Amino acid sequence: MKFLGEPYDTDVIKVAKGKVVIIEERCKGCGYCIEFCPRSVLAFSKGFNKKGYHLPFAQKPDECVNCHYCEIICPEFAIFSEVHTITKL
Amino acid sequence: MAADIQASQSEIVHPLDHLIRTDRIPHIWCPGCGIGTVFSACLKAMISSRIDLEKTCMVSGIGCTGRAAGYLNLDSFHTTHGRAIPFATGLKLANPELNVIVFSGDGDLFAIGGNHFIHGARRNVDMTVICVNNFIYGMTGGQVGATTPVKAKTTTTPVGNPDAPFNLPLLAWASGANYVARWTMLHIRKLTACIEKALTRKGFSFIEVLAPCPTNYGRKNKENSLETLRLYRDKTIIKNNVDPSELDMDFEKGIILGEFVSRERPTCIENYDRTCRIP
Repeated sequence: MKFLGEPYDTDVIKVAKGKVVIIEERCKGCGYCIEFCPRSVLAFSKGFNKKGYHLPFAQKPDECVNCHYCEIICPEFAIFSEVHTITKL
Repeated sequence: MAADIQASQSEIVHPLDHLIRTDRIPHIWCPGCGIGTVFSACLKAMISSRIDLEKTCMVSGIGCTGRAAGYLNLDSFHTTHGRAIPFATGLKLANPELNVIVFSGDGDLFAIGGNHFIHGARRNVDMTVICVNNFIYGMTGGQVGATTPVKAKTTTTPVGNPDAPFNLPLLAWASGANYVARWTMLHIRKLTACIEKALTRKGFSFIEVLAPCPTNYGRKNKENSLETLRLYRDKTIIKNNVDPSELDMDFEKGIILGEFVSRERPTCIENYDRTCRIP
């Protein structure tokens, strides 16, 4: 992240990077996680699962900040995010 | 390679997997149905409120939402149509230590079970009632219900519903509920916080959650599930502690969400002890 001047607390504040995990067989392709991801990380993939639903995939995996919104909006218990790395600001 | 992917897929454990019966997942709810989200918000709130899950049970009635009790990996009961609140009242009175959650739909709680609801709230039985309101009888094929908005098209009202729907928070307030809130399935963090509060409160707590029914309500009214959620985002106003008579269901005027009632009436058991068990 770029700053005009260095904030005093850059070594205190840590930013979590998330990793999206998808349980493919549970997904029904409703698209809620894709539509409501605040960082637009997810997109529909061309492939589909055993039941014929198009799955989401992490199009921009570096953008994920582990906010868990996809996890709480998913009606199917099919997606969640976990901490990938914790980096400094 | 494909076998590797399958093996790694089967090892993935969702953070809520210990609370759901994973052998029954994927569940029966349609793609885009909001019940699964409300159910997962309820599970999150059960974990975060730190109530004793060994002493927690869920009761649900008949209908799409009624299937939720079958997916919960705790003591749960899927009772007859409309009788979720009487069953839960019996559970609570027989064993006052239990945390009783009623998770059911609008048709079950307010159409066939309407009388049980008002008397449960009047007696102020200590339980948490979560009503998933999808405006329609989803499981039986999309007939008009007690909560269908005016002019909405359903299977049995093909030119539009002429009748006014119930104002559920007003009904709960007038019947005497201790805690009343309304959210949609899009406002999940607020909803989870409210369920958490309702679980730890004494008395009858009622939370109405609006959820889309893309298969029956959405198809007849020309809106898919994503459009319904955009409507929930654009046409809702968050206002706490407003007069419950302003909370009628009118998407043109805007739907008011929030916590409306928070009061401390004595519960059913306290009243009984005070009146019938005089020391």
